[in-house]
Amino acid sequence: MSKVAMDRLAEATPQRLARGVRGLSDRALAWIFVGPTIVLLLAINIFPLIWTIGLSFTNFRVNRPNEDIRFVGTQNYTRILTDTDIWLSMQATAHFLFWTLFLQIVIGFWLAWLINRKFRGNDLWTTIIVLPMMLSPAVVGNFWTFLYQPQIGLFNYAVGFLTGQDPSSFSMIADVSLAPWSIVIVDTWMWTPFVMLICLAGLRSIPDSIYEAAECDRASPFRQFWTITVPMVLPFLMLAVLFRGIENFKMFDLVVQLTGGGPGSLTEVTSINLKREAFEKWRTGYSSAYAIILFVTVYGLAAIYVKALNRVKQR
Amino acid sequence: MSSFSVTEPSPTQKWVAGTLVALYALVALMPLVWIIATGFKSPSDAIAYPPKLLFEPTVEGYVNLFTTQTRATPEALAANPPETWYERIVAENNQTIVGPSRFGERFLNSVIIGFGSTFLSVFLGTFAAYAFSRFKIPLKDDLLFFILSTRMMPPIAVAIPIFLMYRAAGLSDTHAGMILLYTAVNLSLSVWLLKGFIDEIPVEYEEAALIDGYTRFQAFWKVVLPQAATGIASTAIFCLIFAWNEYAFAVLLTSGQAQTAPPFIPTIIGIGGQDWPAVAAGATLFLLPVMVFTILLRKHLLRGITFGAVRK
Repeated sequence: MSKVAMDRLAEATPQRLARGVRGLSDRALAWIFVGPTIVLLLAINIFPLIWTIGLSFTNFRVNRPNEDIRFVGTQNYTRILTDTDIWLSMQATAHFLFWTLFLQIVIGFWLAWLINRKFRGNDLWTTIIVLPMMLSPAVVGNFWTFLYQPQIGLFNYAVGFLTGQDPSSFSMIADVSLAPWSIVIVDTWMWTPFVMLICLAGLRSIPDSIYEAAECDRASPFRQFWTITVPMVLPFLMLAVLFRGIENFKMFDLVVQLTGGGPGSLTEVTSINLKREAFEKWRTGYSSAYAIILFVTVYGLAAIYVKALNRVKQR
Repeated sequence: MSSFSVTEPSPTQKWVAGTLVALYALVALMPLVWIIATGFKSPSDAIAYPPKLLFEPTVEGYVNLFTTQTRATPEALAANPPETWYERIVAENNQTIVGPSRFGERFLNSVIIGFGSTFLSVFLGTFAAYAFSRFKIPLKDDLLFFILSTRMMPPIAVAIPIFLMYRAAGLSDTHAGMILLYTAVNLSLSVWLLKGFIDEIPVEYEEAALIDGYTRFQAFWKVVLPQAATGIASTAIFCLIFAWNEYAFAVLLTSGQAQTAPPFIPTIIGIGGQDWPAVAAGATLFLLPVMVFTILLRKHLLRGITFGAVRK
């Protein structure tokens, strides 16, 4: 019986009438159930967003409450888009995004592919690998600065042990050439399990029968990998990239604790840069415009990406 | 060819794969092992070169974590001999305890704000998710996407107006303010996850209850909720972990009263620089509950971290 017919039938019964008197109608109930959530989100998310848009056209500064608030038009926006410092922090973000995504995809997929061999102790090792992902990036990031200490740090010792270099000869956090990698390493350590879990779900969704058919057609393992495994996992992998991409675009806590944006402003990703403008220099109007630009960027990129993802899924 | 199967990997393949995965797991586990181990090291063992794998365990780091100390001369210590075991540990470094540290308060703040916001977001989320799952709501997909999109904003971007708003409303640096904020952030997760869990409960149960004369609300309360209990519990744990770990809002909007543990732990300073055993002890106490929850949640993990998009 179709759903519409069911509804009609339900409406025709006296019980339904009786309920309408005793209880609330479904429609009223729906709004009572959804209402509080929508109101809270409007108050804590949308209202602030609109406020930010308003502020972004002014020269308002929180630390100078007595100064006149002037409408400055799009001046903040043009200044941001022509500011080389901001482009540098966009660059730092892009470097961080590209390498974390690249490493997490490669290592995560490889791990998932291995775990899918269904060896003994599978669950135990998977659970261990997943642990770092759920932990507080700020607390863990802070501790990594200890692991990265030139003389006494475990990381430097391990690298020294494996490569024969003197562990006190390099500093991951203070060296200009190494600092961008120090954050990439920790983020990859934390979030590879995320990509791994999603890839594993993808691999497990492939029915055995496809491989059996390929085997009958004498397709080589290499060919099977590229023509069956990779295309079937691709939608999952793309989803993982979407989640990680958005999260790492917003990255703040880990980098603040690890490098604090340094040395100089080399690893100053956009979130840290924005925090400096908004909460250290107190250029409220200016940083509001900055925030809007970031939000539009992430929202726009995500929208384009989701379209591409849907196209891949439909194939 | 009884032993040959296309999809079943050979024993050698399994062995190689298992070894590689185990190797990765052990390397990935090292930083966490190191945190826990450092918490039980003496300050000199913690900064020894080469790094010490074997050491004499001490709870000095934990004592330092929970107490505030001041320097005391040997004469003063002799005149006022330490009485308890923790005072004795401190006395060995010519220190004396002057009171508790702030760690306890900060940890308690994390607990209050974490549980408060988790309760609220799961409570509101359950009702909203049920409505989205069962009722005809105009623009349903748009509303659901709107709820999800609130998660895309960088926290720092939202923090500017929230900072102004909270200052005007007297909510800055209060538990209530942080609970409200984390509830709003977690709502997207709780609505999306719970909608997935409720979608999986057959509608027939409620229909049967409705025919038996239950009102819609009674059917929801007495039939659907008990069925969704596992889903609600795992959603709650995900919300709790998020609120527990959150750093950006906490560092910007709280300073004293309502400060949670993540912004506090990195600021633990001993005599002459960062007191790594105390930091590690604080980190251990803070991270351990999450590790336990992760192990308990491992079956629902994928679902939680993808907002219900991948269910396995």
